Amino acid sequence: MGLLDKEFTDSNIIITKSEDLLNWARLSSLWQLTFGLACCAIEMMATSASHYDFDRFGVIPRPSPRQADVIIVSGTVTLKMASRIKRLYEQMPDPKYVISMGSCSNSGGPYWQYGYHVLKGVDRIIPVDVYVPGCPPRPEALLEGLLKLQEKIRHEKLAKQTA
Amino acid sequence: MKTPEEVYNILKEKFGEDVILSYDDSQPVEPVISVDPLKIHEVGKFLRDDENLLFDSLMVLSGVDDFNGKKVKDEEGNLKEEGRTLSVYYNLHSMKLNHKVLVRVSTPIEDPKVESVEHVWRTADWHEREAYDMYGIIFLNHHDLRRILMPDDWGERYPLRKDYEDPEYYNGMKVPY
Repeated sequence: MGLLDKEFTDSNIIITKSEDLLNWARLSSLWQLTFGLACCAIEMMATSASHYDFDRFGVIPRPSPRQADVIIVSGTVTLKMASRIKRLYEQMPDPKYVISMGSCSNSGGPYWQYGYHVLKGVDRIIPVDVYVPGCPPRPEALLEGLLKLQEKIRHEKLAKQTA
Repeated sequence: MKTPEEVYNILKEKFGEDVILSYDDSQPVEPVISVDPLKIHEVGKFLRDDENLLFDSLMVLSGVDDFNGKKVKDEEGNLKEEGRTLSVYYNLHSMKLNHKVLVRVSTPIEDPKVESVEHVWRTADWHEREAYDMYGIIFLNHHDLRRILMPDDWGERYPLRKDYEDPEYYNGMKVPY
């Protein structure tokens, strides 16, 4: 049900819904604000590197929240870092998405009980769209998480639903 | 090269039994020399400079909560803890003479004060800040004693003490799972 299904065969005309066009544009170039915090960051970097090639899904790492569409929180969120994450998330322009990568970021991971310094899940401070389980998740898992996020964006509605 | 026992005897001769408190070789790994916490900087300076010792390297300085308090009842019958100590361990090594020694100071948890050895071994600066951060040990005459790992607004809580409990909230964020 994507944009390109409705392509005409001969001329340079595409007829589509504006909703589909916008969604397609958004999901095809998700620039990520990398938030590597621990060992998950190594897997995230591997995902960006040539073997797994995040760029083929339009994902480019950005150093600035102003230019980012999705924040991938990959690693242990400490209480000290949590307020920084929240600040950076608030600096991102809408529409913005959050992928929580790995057990620590999902729920505190191995620090869930005795981690006096760990926030038990990044969803306590920012709204998470996709959770990627694993400790750390393999690059394939992060790619799957991204595809899930793209699927979510593909079915977004522009109009506010009232019913 | 000196054995820990020889080091202990040299120290005892120099400082006397009021400062060099005990020698304990019942520990599984290394013998421990206990020292008065308010004299450790002088002992450290001697350990570093004496030509038979030359402990030029402080390999690590670690804090420990001994958790050795006894529960006693006071006059009103309330349980309270007595005699609990915090310790600081100094693992010393001499590069020139290739020998090692383990020195310990213990201080009561109600008023944990230890002299800083920052001016003896420069390494001790951040190690002492960490021991302060995690156990609340006050290092006297440290030039910049503040938290090193935990946030500055963490408050009067020292997370590696054995009786530490998580606060319910920190800056509006729920802390327990």
